[in-house]
Amino acid sequence: MSETIINLEHIDITFHQKKRVIEAVKDVSIEIEKGDIYGIVGYSGAGKSTLVRVINLLQVPSAGKITIGNDVTFADGKVQLQGAALRQKRQKIGMIFQHFNLMAQKTARQNVAFALRHSDLTKEEKAKKVEDLLELVGLADRADNYPAQLSGGQKQRVAIARALANDPEILISDESTSALDPKTTKQILALLQDLNQKLGLTVVMITHEMQIVKDICHRVAVMQNGHLIEEGSVLDIFSNPKEPLTQEFIKTATGIDEAMVKIEKQDIVQNLAADSVLVQLKYAGHTTDEPILNDIYKRFEVSANILYGNIEILDNVPVGEMIVVLSGNRPALEAAQEAIKSADIALTVLKRGA
Amino acid sequence: MSEWIQTNFPNIYKIGMEGTNSWPDAIYATLYMTIIAFLIGGFLGLVMGLFLVLTGPDGVIENKAVFQILDKVTSIFRAIPFIILLALIAPVTYWIVGTNLGRTAALVPLAAATFPFYARQVQVVLAELDRGVIEAAQASGATLWDIIKVYLSEGLPDLIRVSTVTLISLVGETAMAGAIGSGGLGTIAINYGYQRSNTDVTILATLLILIIIFIIQFLGDFLTQKLSHK
Repeated sequence: MSETIINLEHIDITFHQKKRVIEAVKDVSIEIEKGDIYGIVGYSGAGKSTLVRVINLLQVPSAGKITIGNDVTFADGKVQLQGAALRQKRQKIGMIFQHFNLMAQKTARQNVAFALRHSDLTKEEKAKKVEDLLELVGLADRADNYPAQLSGGQKQRVAIARALANDPEILISDESTSALDPKTTKQILALLQDLNQKLGLTVVMITHEMQIVKDICHRVAVMQNGHLIEEGSVLDIFSNPKEPLTQEFIKTATGIDEAMVKIEKQDIVQNLAADSVLVQLKYAGHTTDEPILNDIYKRFEVSANILYGNIEILDNVPVGEMIVVLSGNRPALEAAQEAIKSADIALTVLKRGA
Repeated sequence: MSEWIQTNFPNIYKIGMEGTNSWPDAIYATLYMTIIAFLIGGFLGLVMGLFLVLTGPDGVIENKAVFQILDKVTSIFRAIPFIILLALIAPVTYWIVGTNLGRTAALVPLAAATFPFYARQVQVVLAELDRGVIEAAQASGATLWDIIKVYLSEGLPDLIRVSTVTLISLVGETAMAGAIGSGGLGTIAINYGYQRSNTDVTILATLLILIIIFIIQFLGDFLTQKLSHK
């Protein structure tokens, strides 16, 4: 039985700037389960960063209700935790940032130790803990380096060690890989995934890259202009996106956009034969187990020429997309298309042969 | 050596090496006024600069009213020319020290002039620090005191740099205070050198002031470099 660890209900965040009122977040409700990796995607300015900052109350909302674990931290227009209680709660919510935000004048070790200064541990225990954390993120040998002496990925590792210092239950990642190269991004994501599994850490990931969501998230929320426009499991969202913005994000993640441009230029598509049809097939889950294209050839003598194919494994479920030219005599072609549809595969005709 | 000076620079020799307003005493008075005034004015300026940032726009304890008051006080004090400030706060000086003459009396106007000057420079240094670092500290459950410590330790190299600037302008101000009888190298240069047409005295006093300034500049640059890990 899963339990909710973060519950945001009808959150509004409004800024007043010299006669101008900016509604950064409008009526957003999100429920995040313990142990989840939850993605929040959207373009910059969509309100993602502002929204997640209410989780540790770095941003106080204008209205709504926030429940973290068993504690209501914000309700009835005011913060329910004050002073020491709020600081203790913040210690249980780690946060990492796009630009790492390490103290330049302190070594990696001192940066991590800073987060432990209000802990009840003895001096020796704290020192041991800092060592263990740096070991966990794979930076034990760089403990005495200053941030300026570390690479971007190493800096983010120090920041992760700092965020984990007080054994948090929640880790908020605000575009934590956006300033890193693709290889380092993969390493940091693998580390976050590992922490999620080993420590049962709940991770809230803000990103503008759908690729990241696809790689490590279980659930995802899509934000646009301060609204939450779509929310669901990564599998659902990827196999069946409803909103145009979500579809746009997914296209950038699967690369089908770029592929389509090239496919359209190909001879076989430009001069599509009269007995042929260009179709897009989308499928998820069990249907990938059946050799459907093989099947339609056997049954209808309709051949399939695959121009593009992409299969993603999301949450252990294969999700595929293909661009195919089907060729055969007309009645057989129609029958083959019906057979494909009845096998739970979404079929869209892109072009018919003339 | 001593005879040679006596023969060639009788005026310099007359100032002497012992007693009040001798060369060593003048150097001591200048350093005394510079350092003590910096400690008092600098401390007040540091606190003021810190609160200008903490209560200012996007500060961790943002407070428009408090910020406006601090900001205006700093601006007004900063705007008064030092030579006029000397006269203006003479009653306050008398009330605190019991006299308007001498090196200790000069500390009051010197500290009063240093405090807004330093406050502005501290404000600029701290406001330029990465706001994200402060946010990360807050996210890790930092108290206001922790955040102040982060500001000070992160700003340390630049705070030393602006302290150097402040100390150098303070040396200049002690010379002005010298004109109204605070003692020090300023008094020697003006009262004993300029007013008695003893150019050699004026030149030596100037050289000594320059040496003090160069030493401060050298130490300041050295420490700034040494302590910066950026």
